[in-house]
Amino acid sequence: MNRYLWPLVAVIALIVFLVIGLTRGDPRALPSPFIGKPAPQFVLPTLEDPSVTVGSEQLSGQYSLVNVWATWCGGCRTEHPFLMDLSRSGAIPIYGINWRDNAPEAKRWLQQLGDPYVASGFDEDGRVGIDWGVYGAPETFLVDPQGIVVYKHLGPLDRTAWERDFVPLISGGGK
Amino acid sequence: MIPEIGQFSLILALMLAIAQGVLPLLGAHRDDATMMVAGRSAAMGQFLFVAVSFACLTWAFLNSDFSVLYVANHSQLSLPTMYKVSAVWGAHEGSLLMWILLLSAWTVAVAKFSKGLPQAFSSRVIGVLGLLSVGFLLFALLTSNPFDRLVPPPADGGDLNPLLQDPGLAIHPPLLYIGYVGFSVAFAFAIAAMISGDLDQRWAKWTRPWTTVAWMFLTLGIAIGSWWAYYELGWGGWWFWDPVENASFMPWLIGTALIHSLAVTERRGLFKSWTLLLAITAFSLSLLGTFLVRSGIIVSVHAFATDPTRGFFILSFLAVVVIGALILYAWRAPSLDSDAGFSLLSRETFLLLNNVLLVVAAALVLIGTLSPLVIELLNGGKISIGPPWFNIAFIVPMLPLIVLLGLGMHTMWRVQAKETWFNPLKIPALIAVVLGIVVPWIFYGRITVLLAAGCIAGFWIIGSSLVLPIRSLLREKGAAGITRSALGMSIAHLGMGLFVIGVTIVSAFNHESDQALRQGGTVEVAGYEFELRELRDVQGPNYSAIEGLVEIRKDGDYVGTLRPQKRQYLVQKNWMTEAGIHVDWNKDLFVALGDQIGEGAWSVRIQYKPMIRFIWFGALIMALGGLIAVTDKRYRSKEPVAPKKSKGKGGRKRKVAAEGAQ
Repeated sequence: MNRYLWPLVAVIALIVFLVIGLTRGDPRALPSPFIGKPAPQFVLPTLEDPSVTVGSEQLSGQYSLVNVWATWCGGCRTEHPFLMDLSRSGAIPIYGINWRDNAPEAKRWLQQLGDPYVASGFDEDGRVGIDWGVYGAPETFLVDPQGIVVYKHLGPLDRTAWERDFVPLISGGGK
Repeated sequence: MIPEIGQFSLILALMLAIAQGVLPLLGAHRDDATMMVAGRSAAMGQFLFVAVSFACLTWAFLNSDFSVLYVANHSQLSLPTMYKVSAVWGAHEGSLLMWILLLSAWTVAVAKFSKGLPQAFSSRVIGVLGLLSVGFLLFALLTSNPFDRLVPPPADGGDLNPLLQDPGLAIHPPLLYIGYVGFSVAFAFAIAAMISGDLDQRWAKWTRPWTTVAWMFLTLGIAIGSWWAYYELGWGGWWFWDPVENASFMPWLIGTALIHSLAVTERRGLFKSWTLLLAITAFSLSLLGTFLVRSGIIVSVHAFATDPTRGFFILSFLAVVVIGALILYAWRAPSLDSDAGFSLLSRETFLLLNNVLLVVAAALVLIGTLSPLVIELLNGGKISIGPPWFNIAFIVPMLPLIVLLGLGMHTMWRVQAKETWFNPLKIPALIAVVLGIVVPWIFYGRITVLLAAGCIAGFWIIGSSLVLPIRSLLREKGAAGITRSALGMSIAHLGMGLFVIGVTIVSAFNHESDQALRQGGTVEVAGYEFELRELRDVQGPNYSAIEGLVEIRKDGDYVGTLRPQKRQYLVQKNWMTEAGIHVDWNKDLFVALGDQIGEGAWSVRIQYKPMIRFIWFGALIMALGGLIAVTDKRYRSKEPVAPKKSKGKGGRKRKVAAEGAQ
């Protein structure tokens, strides 16, 4: 093929991709390979006090959420008010993994916007994120009382997604 | 009534834009001078009516005409007059109108300054610009009309986003848009040349100054945007790899590549098809940026209001423009390949590498910007990969680029003799290595490999950029020593060096600390004492604020007083942080108020930012280099460049050497 046609091919591919991006409905999340497996082990210093740690051991005994967030992430700001509501309602403890972030900025974020987390582990170099198979922020995992990951939500969490995807798993799993 | 005049003017402008898009192209095809001249008149008329329309919208803001929906949403009675004006382009509809105004202004400038060009060629350029105007005017009228009415009008407006109530943001979008829109001129020149199939070195000579001016404004616009984010967002960062920032940065990278590639095409007649492709790409990325920002397809902290119909419109427009241009390209470019050769060690090689690295950098930014979308399509969530990825990915093409830049400036066209090549660069190279290690070590007390690499790179660019100006200064007084082009290039590269030093030092030695401070309390950060002397309430025109009075001392000596504020805007009720910044040439001391934590105590964020000014100062110098290069006299002559007259052997030789640097 004429090599001068390659730019055209590339651009058409890009445009098709953007059209798909624009017309997408609300595709459901694909299952993560971690679903149904025990939550990956981790121990992280907390943001509030680096001498205190938070880890996967705290996740068993009840349903809990693990929310991956960072101050540089726009979607995290979007979902933050909902996390605050959820935390206030006492429905479920939320653990944060502050992912590849800057500790002073993250603390400041929690001071300014409120802190919905029981504790936020500070994952500075993203190692724990790798163990959990995190693509980006925000992502939210639901961990059951046995410490098994039962659901993963990509992108900002909101009430609709919460009631549709999380609540049935929590109430259904209790029997 | 006035808003209706604005609306009507916009419709008339559309009619004239259609005439401007059709007549000159047809005229050039049929060799009909009347039609070609009509295109120019239509361009003038279009500019006039767009200007009237813009003035009407400004009038509506100044008079707080809240029956206009756009005004009601983005203004408010107590908004200071200056921000009533800048609110005109503070959101989607108005900024689009400004885009159109600037596009028609560029067109008028092209019509005025292109009289020395062949009539058919300049007519085609104006025609292409007219077609682009049609697209944007339709976009405004069909999906984003700034004159839509709101009945009944509210008593007061919703106010301009407080983040935008700032002098930096008042001038940032106009500068940025002048740059964006300016690349449409380079695009139009490329299309016009491809339509006629006549693409010689004169084409590059005509295109160069326009491209450089556009690039200069884009540089300024990005720098001011970064400066604004630094002090107004209150975080003390200067670049966030936000999709909107990337949207302006990608055209800048490609525009920079285009400037360099045009130099090769003009001087040697090489890289023609590549230069065309870059001209198309620079403008396409401007359009892509517009699409990303205004369609809501990607999450960003400062994306415009999202509306899928707008997304579809701009995407269709982008598809028509870019696919059309690339079909033309695939048809014409194969006949443009030049058989002129160059040796491996020659300026052509270095500029080729420059282009490859800049395009790779732009591609990495594009991948990073689109990756959240890819992930979203695969998995269904809006997530971002963030600055950690960009910071690493971006350094990879940039470090070699910097090293090559210093070498390329001092390499001859066509073929460079190996023996003499590195001679003039020995001293700058030595100085760079010494300073690059000593400066961070002595002044900041720490050195790492990456840090030394960054500093050496910065000093290397500065040193090698100064070689040409210094040599011409020493050997010969007067104008013949160095052309404006060569001087502009040296200065722009010098700015790049300053920028690199600033980025390296501030990333390595920036200190930040969050402290709880009571009135009268003192903390020490990076050797400076910060005392919170007083907290008081202040009242602004449309906000109330708590202001801290922070005195800075070093070893007991008074350094300065800062007044950081925490403002609450009365209409939108949101809190804004106004940082207090003590500015010095080699450091910033940055104080921002956080929140009240208990009785009389506040959380305060204190930052020490060494050399951060060099980032923006460097960008300013880069733009200045562009300005100087544009004033080179060969762009003003209407005739093709005549062979230079020799002024004795020695004079000619030096001149050739200096010109070799362009």
